[in-house]
Amino acid sequence: MIEKELELRKNFFPSKLKVETLYLGGGTPSILSLGHLEKILTQIDKNYALDLKELTLEANPDDLNKEKLLGYKSLGIDRLSIGIQSFDDRVLSFYNRAHKADDSLKVVDLAKSAGFEKLSIDLMFGFPFEDHSIWESDLSLALKIDPGHISSYALTVEPKTALGKWVEKGSFRQASEDFQAEQFEMLMDSMEKSGYIQYEISNFGKKGQFAVHNTNYWKAIPYLGIGPGAHSFDGKHRGYNIANNALYIRKLENNELPYTKEDLIGADLANEYILTSLRTIWGTDLNWLKSNFDFDLVKEKKETVQQLFQQNLIKFDNDKLLLSKEGKLLADSIAASLFF
Amino acid sequence: MNMQRIRNFCIIAHIDHGKSTLADRLLEFTHTVSGREMQNQLLDNMDLERERGITIKSHAIQMKYMYKGEEYTLNLIDTPGHVDFSYEVSRSIAACEGALLIVDASQGVEAQTISNLYLAIGHDLEIIPVLNKIDLPGAEPEVVADEVIDLIGCDREDIVLASGKEGIGIEDILNAVVERIPAPKGDPNEPLQAMIFDSVYNPFRGVEVIFRIFNGSINKGDRIKFVNTNKEYFADEIGILGMNQIPQQTMSAGNVGYLISGIKVAKEVKVGDTITHVKNPCTTMIKGFENVKPMVFAGIYPVDTTEFEELRASMEKLQLNDASLVWEPETSAALGFGFRCGFLGMLHMEIIQERLEREFNMTVITTVPSVQFKALMNNNEYKIVNAPSDMPEPNLFKHIEEPFVKATIITASEFVGPVIQLCMEKRGQIKNQVYLTSERVELSFDMPLAEIVFDFFDKLKTISRGYASLDYELIGFKQSHMVRLDVMLNGEIVDALSAIVHRDKAYEWGKRLCEKLKELVPRQMFEIAIQAAIGTKIIARETVKALRKNVLAKCYGGDISRKRKLLEKQKKGKKRMRQVGNVEVPQEAFMAVLKLD
Repeated sequence: MIEKELELRKNFFPSKLKVETLYLGGGTPSILSLGHLEKILTQIDKNYALDLKELTLEANPDDLNKEKLLGYKSLGIDRLSIGIQSFDDRVLSFYNRAHKADDSLKVVDLAKSAGFEKLSIDLMFGFPFEDHSIWESDLSLALKIDPGHISSYALTVEPKTALGKWVEKGSFRQASEDFQAEQFEMLMDSMEKSGYIQYEISNFGKKGQFAVHNTNYWKAIPYLGIGPGAHSFDGKHRGYNIANNALYIRKLENNELPYTKEDLIGADLANEYILTSLRTIWGTDLNWLKSNFDFDLVKEKKETVQQLFQQNLIKFDNDKLLLSKEGKLLADSIAASLFF
Repeated sequence: MNMQRIRNFCIIAHIDHGKSTLADRLLEFTHTVSGREMQNQLLDNMDLERERGITIKSHAIQMKYMYKGEEYTLNLIDTPGHVDFSYEVSRSIAACEGALLIVDASQGVEAQTISNLYLAIGHDLEIIPVLNKIDLPGAEPEVVADEVIDLIGCDREDIVLASGKEGIGIEDILNAVVERIPAPKGDPNEPLQAMIFDSVYNPFRGVEVIFRIFNGSINKGDRIKFVNTNKEYFADEIGILGMNQIPQQTMSAGNVGYLISGIKVAKEVKVGDTITHVKNPCTTMIKGFENVKPMVFAGIYPVDTTEFEELRASMEKLQLNDASLVWEPETSAALGFGFRCGFLGMLHMEIIQERLEREFNMTVITTVPSVQFKALMNNNEYKIVNAPSDMPEPNLFKHIEEPFVKATIITASEFVGPVIQLCMEKRGQIKNQVYLTSERVELSFDMPLAEIVFDFFDKLKTISRGYASLDYELIGFKQSHMVRLDVMLNGEIVDALSAIVHRDKAYEWGKRLCEKLKELVPRQMFEIAIQAAIGTKIIARETVKALRKNVLAKCYGGDISRKRKLLEKQKKGKKRMRQVGNVEVPQEAFMAVLKLD
């Protein structure tokens, strides 16, 4: 069905636009056989104009072995994003991960020896443990295996998820805001010391290792998402694929496109731009806001901007608005206060 | 109608002593209502009253009773049972020649009952004591009878034993009403002299005036006037009150009834006012009339600032049927446009708030209630202070005077200690202590009204495990060291949180308020100082630390729109908060003062 959708939406991008990055992820494509992956990639090649600069695959540590890694390489995959999460079994069992800490330690070396130069690992923090010792050791182990790129997220409780329900029932206690903030600061500090650049709130990379694909999301460059629940953006509209697998399949069987489209008005686009760009090292381009949305942020939000500046939460670099280190901890509040 | 066969009486009882149930039985026994029509507790027909178990507005109902072959007309006049409405009670009592004193046989006499009883005795009413709920296992008719005998000096055999629930003693009560309560005096041939003792607002027919005729008679269509307001009307419809209104052509001295004359505004109908004819008016008005004065003042603001006009319309409608509610527009820097309202008491205030919510679907913020103070200014003139914002600068006045009451509390003797302690904490001075029986004590205090209106009654109930009753009456103004306590958020005064408090209590008040606000004001991007101050002197401080972390981890393709919407929604939610300087304050914070402790 993925192949079918790929074919049906082959005209998504204007013909002069070439696809530069591919990201196989959102779920665990590493459970697919090499044959399956090859079929999908062939279908993409057949229907889209490609000029690939990055081809990433998301993988679970326990799905990876030498044979598979070599196979990926031969399919043209040049970047791996490995969902390690933690090197501590207490965290992993909480997170219901099949892999053990030991697997994770070996897998990066394995990938390196298979010839992968662009490697990323995911790390989670903010679990309600007594102190920061687990996080400290996770950080030092991560730096020791030296993956070149690290994405790191705080445990977030969202309503309607299993975790959200536990919190509601009182069977799970969230870590305090201060506790999470401390761990985020530890993350930023140790990354900086080891030569990783925080090019986005949750993404750290050494030079030449930044994820091109993800960066494009934050620069409002069009993208096409294929598969149940996938999102797309053509510059003006956002499309949501049906998340329910069965319905998704039925639609495609009837040769119907499985997505709903939402028109984004100027204010939506401007706010999304502020929200995402502010999180990056490149910051919010004030001129771009002016020319594209006729929105003079510093003028319209004068008092807020002044206040944020005085509190050392934001800084300016020519016509770019950037978050300070303190500001990074409050990115959401700051973005919302600057909304159109 | 023969005046000799009219009996006008009311019921004096404490809440829960079974007044309503007993009244129902009287109506049933006299066939005023059939069993099928019978709803429980007929006389309280407002939802709110039923829930609170109190009669807020009094009504009257007429019964016919055959006694020794003669038909008697019995007018039962209902009375409100809460201290907020004591003036209305006094007018209802003035319309009667007798009263049933209903006392719960297991609980004994309560403070409110005693004060109303004294009112009734003061008006020369014949008192018929009734011990109710004698069927209950906890009933002690002998002990309570002793208490009643002590109280009114009656004979033991004068006391009727009854149970409203079981229908015991109902006939005895009716017979006693006929035999012992005197027939009304008065002369049907004199000029008309009738007293308004209640009114009911009917949205279709205007205000229905409930009155008692003392002298003369009134005919349908007569040109009449109300003496105090000096307004003239036609008596479009007059009648008696059975289960329904029964129109009459003429009514005369001694009787009780209703009048409809197209009055649209409740304010024109003042309880206690005298009705007479335009031609041939009576020479004297009925004694005891007072303009009802509000005792408690507070600001009422719409939660949503755009609903101010709606709130105004709702308040106007409320005032149509509640003449004791007074208000004028007021502006607050923190809360926007609203109204300064005067209430008879805290219960009245709560009722208004609930009615706004139930009947008009308005959600409102009520600010710190205040009593009326007087400031003696340097030029020896008095300035009335109804709100903290009215308080003059300290260098402009000599002193502040505050209203004091005589508070009467009846409680079980084991709680005397805690009750005295509570009253002392509330700046009360004990004046008298009388043992009604070996187990029940009546305590009298002089206390500031401001301390009583707040949460005194709840506290009293708590420390006495419910076994204390309270009554109070205003005794005048006394000099007190009152100060205005302000609350500041990052240096900005929040006018809606200011209060007038006694200097000795300002520190405690300020401290508790700051602590409470700290719980309610959410962390923001900067630190927030919460300070309590008298003038420029800071007496308490708390700090809401700045927000440490507010950033969601992932923000890739599928997250962006969702995240934007989430933040936009949060931002919208914040719009419902009130802005004080650069601080966003949630609605609940303004109610915090009402819930200190």
